[in-house]
Amino acid sequence: MDGKADKGRRDFLILTGYTMGAAGLAGLAVPFIDSLNPAADTQALATTEVNLGLLQPGQAITAMWRGKPVFIRHRTSEEIEQARTVELKGLPDPEADEARFKDNPQFLVVLGVCTHLGCVPLGQKPTDNKGDFGGWFCPCHGSHYDISGRIRKGPAPKNLTIPPYEIKDKLLKIG
Amino acid sequence: MANVKKSSTLSKDSNRIAKWIDYRLPILSFLKAEAVDYPTPRNLNYWWNFGSLAGITLVIMILTGIWLAMHYTPHTAHAFESVERIMRDVNYGWLLRYIHMNGASMFFIVVYVHMFRGLFYGSYKKPRELLWIFGVLILLLMMATAFMGYVLPWGQMSFWGATVITNLFSAIPLVGDSIVTLLWGGFSVDNPTLNRFFALHYLFPFLIVGLVFLHLVALHTHGSNNPTGVEAKKPSDKIPFHPYYTVKDILGLVIFLTIWGAFVFFAPNFFGEPDNYIPADPLVTPPHIVPEWYFLPFYAILRSIPDKLGGVVLMFSAVFVMFIIPWLDTSPVRSGRYRPLYKIAYVFFLVACVALGWAGAQEAEGVPLLVSRLATAYYFAFFLILMPVLGFIEKPLPVPESLQESKRKKGAGR
Ligand code: HEM
Ligand code: FES
Repeated sequence: MDGKADKGRRDFLILTGYTMGAAGLAGLAVPFIDSLNPAADTQALATTEVNLGLLQPGQAITAMWRGKPVFIRHRTSEEIEQARTVELKGLPDPEADEARFKDNPQFLVVLGVCTHLGCVPLGQKPTDNKGDFGGWFCPCHGSHYDISGRIRKGPAPKNLTIPPYEIKDKLLKIG
Repeated sequence: MANVKKSSTLSKDSNRIAKWIDYRLPILSFLKAEAVDYPTPRNLNYWWNFGSLAGITLVIMILTGIWLAMHYTPHTAHAFESVERIMRDVNYGWLLRYIHMNGASMFFIVVYVHMFRGLFYGSYKKPRELLWIFGVLILLLMMATAFMGYVLPWGQMSFWGATVITNLFSAIPLVGDSIVTLLWGGFSVDNPTLNRFFALHYLFPFLIVGLVFLHLVALHTHGSNNPTGVEAKKPSDKIPFHPYYTVKDILGLVIFLTIWGAFVFFAPNFFGEPDNYIPADPLVTPPHIVPEWYFLPFYAILRSIPDKLGGVVLMFSAVFVMFIIPWLDTSPVRSGRYRPLYKIAYVFFLVACVALGWAGAQEAEGVPLLVSRLATAYYFAFFLILMPVLGFIEKPLPVPESLQESKRKKGAGR
């Protein structure tokens, strides 16, 4: 056999072998990595239901949805008024109060997760520090949210997130 | 011969970073010496593939095991459910579990073949006694690991298997019952037992890794045995491990993984017991309780004796006798290839092991009981009588001078 041809053939076989081996290992890595993603039961959108009937104006309650706190605040008409007259220009994340509701602007529903690094802001209890804008105050690094859940001051970049929800006959269904 | 590998260094054209590292920490030249240049007998047959298969199986078991542990809950109230959740909800959880579950069986197949190989070719004989002893230690740890792993899914077989096996220790006179209570951490197999079994099931495979390392150090000290049992003397008796045996091992691996995969994808519960998909119930024992197949021969030995303590002692002896095989075999010839009588005794030993495996799965009465008694007798006679005696009375066939001569002779004979 001619030595040169032999070498070319051998290189081809070796490269093919390595390539197949690498592809096989990569394929095998997929199940291992994907098994770390949320499992089907975790992913199944758990829904949380809350009866809003007993929530008086000015009061707030915290519900749990997908392992996270959800802030529900029954806003007084003054608070709604105040939230709607804020000048949007100059807000870190400008968004009109109306845009944060489909209906029922008296019930504010937001995730109680600071958009900075994920702490739970204060402001649900009457005795809590509600920050400079009467909404919530995150003690971790000092983010102030207003009564619409919008970021007004501090390091957080975004308004508090609004989860998917609907309200029917004073029954709130989150998720 | 042994010096050939010691002088191994990185080749001149290896890259600068490799040389920089190797000058300070000679790990690369070590790997090159032990896994690339390592001089290996030129005549190894396919029975020599099973060591590398066992090593790779261990790695796969550890990986799938760690990944299962990320989803598994070691609590009697949640264990069964968490395994079902792995099967139904966790992405590819079924795959990880079926690889692990069937992997235990694959592991034992490979290790048993590996041991039968050693037994036939006399691989336990001087200077490889410690190599063999580390192997038996690995087998013991594997058995403990597999037993405790089988308890984790907390099905009926898990629970009753754990109950029966831990109760073996109650046969010990005087302290037996206290030992069982200690093992359980209570007065029956319960949550404390499950917790400690999980901790140990996680730990033991890593102890096995340590023993495998020692096993390999011992192996590389005198090199592999080979089918002739004649030590390689001339440099031309040996060839570098890479590419000759890397390629051969990879071929074996591909075939092995195909078989393992066939079980995982087409018959994942072939080796399993349906009863283990029923949650553990301390009030109801399943009508027919059998251990996993790889314990059946030992289980048959246990049941062949009508006495509780005697059965337990004999069963443990069946493993422990393997430790002294290097000193039981008195033959001057290493490989069974040149030992006409040993060959016959060996074949009967294989038959006895299979018979024990079969009998272990039957009710312990009538024909199976008789078979298991005969096979048990032969099992021990093989080690304790035939091995020492054959060495004296057997007239071995002529042994080749060197490995190459054996090749030529074989070729000429055909
Ligand atoms: C020497 C290597 C190993 C052997 C022989 C082995 C054996 C077994 C066996 C026989 C089972 C029961 C299978 C079933 O019916 O579900 C099991 C389950 C399990 N093993 Fe291992 N295992 C090994 C290594 C590991 C390692 C390193 C871990 C890491 C923590 C691990 C974690 C688990 C877990 C969490 C289970 C329960 C889940 C299940 O039942 O599938 N294993 N093992
Ligand atoms: S996490 Fe809330 S301010 Fe940093």
